[in-house]
Amino acid sequence: MLKIEHLTKSFGGVVATNDVSLHFQPASLSAIIGPNGAGKTTFFNLITGGLRPDSGRIIFDGEDITGFDALTTVRRGIGRAFQVANLFPEFTVRESLTAAVLSHRQQSAHLLVQFSAVEARTRADQIMEMFDLQERAGVVSRNLSHGDQKLLDIALALALDPRVLLLDEPTAGMGPEERWKMIDMIYKLWEDERMTLIFIEHDMDIVFRIAQTVRVLCYGQVLAEGAPEEIRSNPDVIKAYLGENFEKIAQ
Amino acid sequence: MQINTFTRYSVVALLVFVVLAAIPRITDDISILDTGIMICANGLFALSLNLLVGRTGLLSFGHGGFYAAGAYSFGLLMQTGMFSIPAAFALTIVFVAALSALVALVCVRLNETYFTFITLAFQMLFYNIILSWTSLTGGDQGLLGGIPKPVFLGIDLVNPVHLYLFCCGIFLVCVVLLYQITQSPFGYTLRMIRDNTERARFLGVAVNRYKVASFTLAGAFAGIGGMFMALFVSGAYPSFGYWTMSGDGIFMIMLGGMNTFLGPLVGAIILIVLNDLTTIYTDHYGLVLGCVILVFVLGLRRGLLDFIVEGIRDRRASKMDQTIQPTVPKEEIPR
Repeated sequence: MLKIEHLTKSFGGVVATNDVSLHFQPASLSAIIGPNGAGKTTFFNLITGGLRPDSGRIIFDGEDITGFDALTTVRRGIGRAFQVANLFPEFTVRESLTAAVLSHRQQSAHLLVQFSAVEARTRADQIMEMFDLQERAGVVSRNLSHGDQKLLDIALALALDPRVLLLDEPTAGMGPEERWKMIDMIYKLWEDERMTLIFIEHDMDIVFRIAQTVRVLCYGQVLAEGAPEEIRSNPDVIKAYLGENFEKIAQ
Repeated sequence: MQINTFTRYSVVALLVFVVLAAIPRITDDISILDTGIMICANGLFALSLNLLVGRTGLLSFGHGGFYAAGAYSFGLLMQTGMFSIPAAFALTIVFVAALSALVALVCVRLNETYFTFITLAFQMLFYNIILSWTSLTGGDQGLLGGIPKPVFLGIDLVNPVHLYLFCCGIFLVCVVLLYQITQSPFGYTLRMIRDNTERARFLGVAVNRYKVASFTLAGAFAGIGGMFMALFVSGAYPSFGYWTMSGDGIFMIMLGGMNTFLGPLVGAIILIVLNDLTTIYTDHYGLVLGCVILVFVLGLRRGLLDFIVEGIRDRRASKMDQTIQPTVPKEEIPR
């Protein structure tokens, strides 16, 4: 489905992504973990066209999409949500989602119909319900709570019916309760839609609870990959990322 | 459903037209009609500029260039004597739209401040072409010899009442079209670009194409405003394409408000009425205008119509809160 081969990107002297090769199976749910500055977000930016790699290839569905810009990548079916909710501040929740659905259906340029009466609204309302945002339908994005902003951010990406969905720290900045609600939501989303879902996460509990496979990035390199159980007991990972105390805490 | 809303706009526009058409029957004062035509020309100019400034988030400082292009090309076409007024009108729209599209293709590659500066640069290029191509444009004397206004469909634009009605009619059609644009999926896509260009791109919006389309439409409507002006003064002058014209457009948007659709029109009315009133008493029009803008910027912190509309909305919202509050159960205070 999504194949990354020897991907490298450096900024000045810092190698943010160093010879990363990863393979994501169709309909898989995988997590990317790693300490701060491990190059996780850079890795996402390379895939979604925000950044051009120095070398290496990205193969999506048999097609080489290396160096494609954001627009082209999105149209191929790779959607993403952002670490800091990236919204349209003056749009209400319903307007934001309707606009995204219209864009996905290539109906954004229509001039003779009313935005408030387009058929795409039905789909927007469906997505709103999936994310439990229907009570916020008329609230402008900048007035939403932090948690709802993050939900809307993911909902926008989902409005494009992506085949691969990249979530950059979906639970960043959330309280414990909100966090678990978000995680349940993501898991349910993946179960229902069966897209290839890749998420970046800091919280080990979350990663080990839902991910099928875990990839550990450290200093831009792949340190380890495997099932959550293997990662938990991998001595390199424990040393580099989880810390010496992790085993004690885990017990 | 779709047809209904469009019909509704048209009916409203028609009613407004009936009211405006009644004015020349009530009064013989031609100066009121002149002010009306000025408002049509400048209002359309400001409304079209706001498609860029308020809707797309593109601060163009070269909009006067298309206003002048409309006035000059219409005047020149009429002077050839080969075209009827409707034909020259249509040809001018096509010409100005093409010109705007061409300018847009270059400008939209640049962002924010650079975009503003390059639009200003294009405007000054047009201005200098008008000044130096004397054989065609008459240079700083303006388009000489007047514009012939042959009668068409029983409409005689030499007659001030006919001209006034003609301008009001076309103006209202343009307002309905512009309103439809802002309410359409296209208009909302422009707003997406204004609010968050990067995210729009990540949602599959071909941002630059939309910017070009927005710029082209805005330019075409500004060109129509220029044609009103050319008909009104029966000529065209380089000042139409000077940078102060673009500046006036920005002032109108600031005075009237950029978030409410009709805000720029209100701004145009304020600016024109202010001009008419102050020039009776003093030559220091700029001073008065400056003070008024200061009052708006420091006092209201937004345009007049935005101030009113947003004020009403906020008041309503706070009233809603008050009515909802009692229904919320009070939290038990632990003792």
